[in-house]
Amino acid sequence: MGDLIVLIISSIFINNIILAQYLGACPFVGTSKKMETAIGMAGAVVFVLTMAGTITWIINTHFLVRLDIQFLRTIAFIMVIASLVQFVEMFLKKSIPSLYAGLGIFLPLITTNCAVMGVCLLNVQNELTFLNAILTSVAYALGFGVALILFAGIRERVNLGRTPGPLKDTSIALVTAGMLAMAFVGFRGMV
Amino acid sequence: MAKTIAQEFKKGLWDEIPPFRLVLGLCPVLAVTTTVENGIGMGLATTFVLVCANMLVSLLRNVIPPKIRVPCFIIIIATFVILVELLMQAFAYGLFLNLGIFIPLIVVNCVVLGRAEAFASKNKFLPSLADGLGIGIGFTLSLGVLGAVRESLGNGTLFDYPVFGPNFQPFEFMVQAPGAFVALGLLLCIMNILGKK
Repeated sequence: MGDLIVLIISSIFINNIILAQYLGACPFVGTSKKMETAIGMAGAVVFVLTMAGTITWIINTHFLVRLDIQFLRTIAFIMVIASLVQFVEMFLKKSIPSLYAGLGIFLPLITTNCAVMGVCLLNVQNELTFLNAILTSVAYALGFGVALILFAGIRERVNLGRTPGPLKDTSIALVTAGMLAMAFVGFRGMV
Repeated sequence: MAKTIAQEFKKGLWDEIPPFRLVLGLCPVLAVTTTVENGIGMGLATTFVLVCANMLVSLLRNVIPPKIRVPCFIIIIATFVILVELLMQAFAYGLFLNLGIFIPLIVVNCVVLGRAEAFASKNKFLPSLADGLGIGIGFTLSLGVLGAVRESLGNGTLFDYPVFGPNFQPFEFMVQAPGAFVALGLLLCIMNILGKK
């Protein structure tokens, strides 16, 4: 039990998927301009990543390894993720149209969110057990959400101030992200 | 056709150079640019996938039904990514180990899918080839520059040769995650200043 808690804490804070492993940086910069879209994106990623992590682990262990066709892993994983995203998109369009409109182009872009694909690949590469793989996926997704929402909050404040011309927008956002990443480096001594 | 093939090629080198002008494909940019060598290797691998995918997508653009075009594009891209992965494993094993998980992740690089969707699916074969090559080389250049900045400041070397002499204290911040974000942000700022003139 203790091991699992350490696993979860370290996946959320110490090995944060964006700020320490560099995965999912595009939606991190792209959807963090407004708090509302950031929360929506975080929710969508948590959902997709949890399901994708579970399903790709099953596919890898029971099909790819058993049939000895691991070189097809990339294509198999991306198909799972693409169909999941399509499903989430249809679900949101039907039940929460305002969120669907707010997320706009970034919802289909979860397909090309490296965080999702990256976690699925990491799970398989590190040869985690089924339970650990699910927990890691959830924890990484939560870490993504935490970082994204924190960053959106900071960015809303930064945009209120006056920024020198050339630093505006993406440039200052990236420097801010660097500062946030530095704060997360501080978690390293925790476990 | 308003633009010539040479113009399609050239725009990737400055006007639409990723990841500065098009803020896409940031993950490999941040992750692998700890050294120049890794940066350029990653850039070349991405260029290969980009050019091949652009060519195939533009050839098949009238066959692919618009409704399921994105899955089709992704399968085309994934095929070339697997090709690159196997080739690198055979001929550049050291680089393959260094880049690790980021080679299969070319498949989810937004630059590649973005070009297939925004350009190759609407244009003829030769312009698409030029566009892929231009954007790819632009991407390689950006990765090389960022890699050079981070390796020289963070490690005191360039292509593994010391550049600042023996008394240089490496600025370790640059090769870690926070340094990646800050370096990219400041480079973007410099690009903005240069672009204004």
